[in-house]
Amino acid sequence: MPTTLPSDFADLEPFAEWAIPTEKARYDKRVASTMDELQAFYDAAFPRMEDALVYLEQYSMDDLPNDAKGLLWLYCSLVTVSFPVEVWRQPRVPDSGASSFDAVLEPAV
Amino acid sequence: MPHFAKPAEGSWTEHYPELGTEDVSYHDSISPEHYELEQQAIFGRTWLNVGRIEQLPKVGSYFSKEIDAVDTSIVVVRSSKDEVRAFHNICRHRGNKLVWQDYPGEETSGTCRQFTCKYHAWRYSLEGECTFVQQEQEFFNLDKSDYGLAGIQCEMWEGFIFVNFDPTNTTPLRDYMGELGKGLEGYPFGELTQVHKYRAEVGANWKLFIDAFAEFYHAPILHAKQSVSEESRKLMEVGYEALAYEIDGPHGMVSSWGGMAPPKDLDMVKPIEQKLRSGLFGPWEGPDFGEMPPGLNPARHKAWGVDSFVFFPNFMVLIWKPNWVLTYHYWPTSYNTHIFEGTCYFVPPKNARERLAQEMAVVTFKEYALQDGNTLEATQTMLESNTPVKTFPLGDQEVLLRQLHVTARRYISEFQQQSAKTPANA
Repeated sequence: MPTTLPSDFADLEPFAEWAIPTEKARYDKRVASTMDELQAFYDAAFPRMEDALVYLEQYSMDDLPNDAKGLLWLYCSLVTVSFPVEVWRQPRVPDSGASSFDAVLEPAV
Repeated sequence: MPHFAKPAEGSWTEHYPELGTEDVSYHDSISPEHYELEQQAIFGRTWLNVGRIEQLPKVGSYFSKEIDAVDTSIVVVRSSKDEVRAFHNICRHRGNKLVWQDYPGEETSGTCRQFTCKYHAWRYSLEGECTFVQQEQEFFNLDKSDYGLAGIQCEMWEGFIFVNFDPTNTTPLRDYMGELGKGLEGYPFGELTQVHKYRAEVGANWKLFIDAFAEFYHAPILHAKQSVSEESRKLMEVGYEALAYEIDGPHGMVSSWGGMAPPKDLDMVKPIEQKLRSGLFGPWEGPDFGEMPPGLNPARHKAWGVDSFVFFPNFMVLIWKPNWVLTYHYWPTSYNTHIFEGTCYFVPPKNARERLAQEMAVVTFKEYALQDGNTLEATQTMLESNTPVKTFPLGDQEVLLRQLHVTARRYISEFQQQSAKTPANA
């Protein structure tokens, strides 16, 4: 069930599937995506990042509404996706083979 | 000409003459027999960090920890006397693992009033005393006070919980941490409660990963593709020089410059780093904790960025200028495999902007670690291969590697000398 984003960010709704609450799942989605898909998400979300940060700053971390949480998770995904798009031009970091490095503990939001 | 001053002897390595400067053998990283000796001489006898006090927020909070290197599982608990205690995770009745959930081999944590064995409901207090035996009358003169949990020495340094499996150990943890540990006392580790922890199974000897993180000589090369290309070229040209190295007893540290938090010129970093004001060196705007402990930035250099402490045998603490902390643990599982844990600690973010700046630092660390871990397997397989190449030169920026391997071998020879003496004394 895709998360609904705050109405100010309706233009990002086609990418709401990137509103993923855990780092491992964000990473798995990146690795399973094509560069075209990653680029499309980046091109849509990166220019709206400052708007999103300003929007999210009106809340403290303890009382983020659900749609704001979704927006935060979507921008966590943008962090994950920025590496291949900005530098490597491939979904996995170069020279990492099949190695994995998994989050076993992370903040709830 | 070095960019940063070296000791009068001309090099960091020669400043510590016991380390030598000759090529070194990596036989200590490819031999099952040598690993068995390390298990006894090192992991069975030194203080090992198993967690932090924040993992035990109240009386009855506990966590279990699997420690392959000493072939055991332990449970660490905040006792009813508000002390942190550690026990072997074994029921005194018939040896069942006492604390586990669903999968006996997996670590777990929680809160309880007492420990109850899943098998026959024997119970133990948080102090480890046996308090209940099911159908006690069926046993033969059983005195419950003889069947408490097997305790392990457990002490704390700056909120880090350590255990020592050697019952004859008489060195208090604080003494063991030495001058380098003392120099960090007072750092507000307890304020950094926002935790991201990662874990990887790595196909390499545990010391090889410490090697990788105890030198930054590799950073401009192995991680070249992580930076914007102009910056990457410059980094490669300049190479890497530390601000300072210090060695004290079995421990060591390297102090490094930190030009990227913030960078001199925004074009040096990626677009998302410019926006989030964060990257490998952490969020550019960290909390101000006032005066820092004297052990940080020993060269008192204005370009200081991060200090990496290698506490023997398997615990590293990195303290970054913007006041966040990264710890590394290397838990051997065989002579050529280990579990690597990397944990990032930040002050809790006040808002989503700070949260995302922290995410940027954490994920950057992850991407670097993926490259490091994979490269180690390439090193391990070749060290083990049938090759005439048996010794390897270590440069001055690799002085902590020399120190690690010399120290690990010294622990083994001391252990062997003591073991040889024991029968005569017995």
